[in-house]
Amino acid sequence: MSTDTATKPPVGVRVRSWFGDNALKFYAVIAFAYLLLPVAYTFVFSFNDAGRTNIVWQGFTLDNWKNPCGAPQVCESVVNSIVLALGVTIMSTILGTLIAFALVRYQFRGRGTTNLTIFLPMATPEVVLGSSLLALFLNIFVPLGFWTVFIAHVMFCISFVVVTVKARLASLDPRLEQAAMDLYANEREAFRRITLPLVAPGIAAAALLAFSLSFDDFIITNFNSGQFTTFPKFVYVSATRGIPAQANVIASAMFFIALALVLVSQIRNMRRKEA
Amino acid sequence: MSKTDITKAEGDLYLENLTKSFGDFTAVDDLSLQVPQGSFFALLGPSGCGKTTTLRMVAGLEAPTAGRIRIGDADITYEKPYRRPVNTVFQNYALFPHMDIQENVGFGLKRRGIKDVDAQVADALKLIQLEQVAKRKPTQLSGGQQQRVALARAIVNRPAVLLLDEPLGALDLKLRRQMQLELKRIQTEVGLTFIHVTHDQEEAMTMADTVAVMNNGIIEQMGPPTELYESPRTAFVANFLGQSNLFPAKVSGVDGDNVVLEDSDGRFLMPKNRVADGVNLSSGSSVLVGVRPEKINIGPLDPGQEPPSHGNYVDGVVEAASFLGVSTQYEVRTAGGDAISVFAQNLDVHGLMPVASQVRLTWLPLHGFVLDGHEDINAGVESELVVG
Amino acid sequence: MSIAAAIGDTLEEQPHKNKPQKQGRFTPYWLLLPGLLWLTIFFIVPLVTLFGTSLMTPVPGGDVGEFEQTFHFANYVDTLTDSTYYIPLFRSFIYSGIATLLALAIGYPLAYAIAFKGGRYRNILLVLVIAPFFVSFILRTVAWRQILADEGPVVAILRYLSLVEPTGGVYPSAFAVIMGLTYNFLPFMTLPIYASLERVDHRLIEASGDLYAKPFTGFRKVTWPLSLPGVVAGTLLTFIPAAGDYVNAALLGRPSNTMIGNRIEYTFLSVNDYPTAAVLSFILMATILVLVLFYIRRMGTEELV
Repeated sequence: MSTDTATKPPVGVRVRSWFGDNALKFYAVIAFAYLLLPVAYTFVFSFNDAGRTNIVWQGFTLDNWKNPCGAPQVCESVVNSIVLALGVTIMSTILGTLIAFALVRYQFRGRGTTNLTIFLPMATPEVVLGSSLLALFLNIFVPLGFWTVFIAHVMFCISFVVVTVKARLASLDPRLEQAAMDLYANEREAFRRITLPLVAPGIAAAALLAFSLSFDDFIITNFNSGQFTTFPKFVYVSATRGIPAQANVIASAMFFIALALVLVSQIRNMRRKEA
Repeated sequence: MSKTDITKAEGDLYLENLTKSFGDFTAVDDLSLQVPQGSFFALLGPSGCGKTTTLRMVAGLEAPTAGRIRIGDADITYEKPYRRPVNTVFQNYALFPHMDIQENVGFGLKRRGIKDVDAQVADALKLIQLEQVAKRKPTQLSGGQQQRVALARAIVNRPAVLLLDEPLGALDLKLRRQMQLELKRIQTEVGLTFIHVTHDQEEAMTMADTVAVMNNGIIEQMGPPTELYESPRTAFVANFLGQSNLFPAKVSGVDGDNVVLEDSDGRFLMPKNRVADGVNLSSGSSVLVGVRPEKINIGPLDPGQEPPSHGNYVDGVVEAASFLGVSTQYEVRTAGGDAISVFAQNLDVHGLMPVASQVRLTWLPLHGFVLDGHEDINAGVESELVVG
Repeated sequence: MSIAAAIGDTLEEQPHKNKPQKQGRFTPYWLLLPGLLWLTIFFIVPLVTLFGTSLMTPVPGGDVGEFEQTFHFANYVDTLTDSTYYIPLFRSFIYSGIATLLALAIGYPLAYAIAFKGGRYRNILLVLVIAPFFVSFILRTVAWRQILADEGPVVAILRYLSLVEPTGGVYPSAFAVIMGLTYNFLPFMTLPIYASLERVDHRLIEASGDLYAKPFTGFRKVTWPLSLPGVVAGTLLTFIPAAGDYVNAALLGRPSNTMIGNRIEYTFLSVNDYPTAAVLSFILMATILVLVLFYIRRMGTEELV
């Protein structure tokens, strides 16, 4: 046996470990391609010179980007969706955070029932949530519109907020608060200076989640909106006769804005950890 | 290459010119050693010295950059971990949380398709005296119990080499003492080769037949604990294993079997056989003189007192004295300016030397040792002590 | 990240590191009141109303959409024996079952790759997993219609490989519907699995290798069981919405691919046959709950929230 083979891993070992490392990475790349292909399509077709029916590629144009409100109802529905999602975010984040605090920080009777009430909306298909609320509104003759959609969205967002905030809160060491009180902070100060800043990222994540759930919801909205149109509803309704390219412009712009925001915060986090 | 069944390899463990680099950093540097079959071997060193990396290479969790690892005749350098007759007791125990104790201990046996798993697991649990917890989950056990289960899980496979990665690190002092004896008992009983990685010199000395002191990726010195303690060859070993008084001196000549040394406090004699290998003994060359604190005799300095017949003495002033019960620890400043620690056994009922009193320190020539003068006096001293 | 962790925690037993310790007899109820009131009025009450509606019958001689309460339990029997309803119901569970398995097959290795091979880019890769959410779900489904269209790239490749007839296509079809369902709920599968895998102690995997388990055995005996909570959460978060979905079937399927969601929407919003739609909703929900409870029991996950 030569000393050469002793100082380098044998070829077989290197090939096997290269394959083991890279087969999985290759698979992941394909999975990402699958996830992002429709996004790329949406983006590319935002430049389609298609007029009203944006199905087949007709040629490149920047007109859609220059005039995103060019098609009827596009911008109106986007504004509706944003206003709605903002309202839903504020309401559901407040209600959900309060519940999360009660669940993590207090011992009380009825915990099981509460947990079940939080869990069930997440385990119920949207058609059922949508149709049951509609059944209620029809029975008590509530006119459908912005407020019925608002009520519906807050209802299904609460559970997600509770779960997100709860996860953060449960990983928080209660001794930190006790230490603050040991250092002469009263309960309110301990909450404001210690608990709240530490839970804030969880609450922010919950708010973000609520916003995106509300903004992108279609099924529940479709049941309870009446004449009120949100962006997803607008897209679905126009899908039969052709979606204007402006919808792709709006969606692509939202995508890049959101992606940029998240990436910037992630990279900043990475930097902070390294420093 | 002979196609012997590596999983059944046995014999001494050989590390040959083993090197491991992570980028620019060399964690283990051209390390060679032989661990006799059935011995209890300790790799001792401060954190970051390369001892854990060495262990992981033997376990197969890290591939060496260069060099070879053999068990007997079988080369296992690049063998997969699951093909080596080597088992590890992990630092945090790494017990599988979703399996009960019995399943944990039987895991390795089952993987190798062995028949009477239950009986062997029962034996292993008996060996660690934990038969009663067989059906419990790891989280239901105390730290000491988890430690023993981790040991049983490795031992039950009868590996050619058993690796222990700081196995007692997470236990409190009392439990650690108890487990040291327990580990030694089990090793003697099963007769496997144990390689024990630790930064705790006491742990290494109590259990191991052979201790290798590692620093900066190389082995500074290797041998039985008494040898390392009594005849350290480097300042690092002298300071890391126990405590040493080291002070610089110059060789002034050779007198028969003795070397004559000189420093600011006078002349000392050292037997030649107490001089570390490779120290230059020509007149005028600089060396380090070392004496363990417990080997120094301390007494009040009477005016006109005769020097001891062997001539090794220093006079000084007590700067600090702490009474420890069994002994008293003194810090003495010599006339020449060196600081010397002394552990004096409390043989008298009335005899603390007060601070600021004049004292004379004496020691027998064969109680000292001589190191190379280029050594760093503070190498291996725990950092808190360097400051003080 | 925290969203991933949260979804992972949804159905996972929380280690009770910190026991609830605060005193104050009424404080928790004040905190719970507004949220639970909202859920009671707009979730529980509607479900009861829906159940009531499911027992109604048309007002004799009344208009379309006029019903009265007659506690007509036979509505359930009538609906369940009508093949225009039970076939889509059955189809829904088949489609969503296949989509869930496919999403698991794609999502698990993806989560594994991010958790164990992602290194310092893990968080960025996670962002890429949720990135599709930033584009409207309907628009992405419409994009699939273009991708799978006869003149699109997928069909071109399949025709070239002779996997479809030279004139054949893949849209609209059951294949397209299932593919769309898989696609739309893949992030819901991937994130909780990732959250579980991320928590698996790497040293446990090393320990299994040290104890003679080959990599695949080590995965089967250690990594997989430890990631099960994430798998359970992921499959539920995929299966439940997929079973009730009707957008994919509407946009990517033919009439012969209708799912129960399409039926509910149609009977409710177009035909205004509220009792039948209510019956269907109830049956869908009950079936899902039974399946979920059975599944959770089998997988041994107890605490749900």
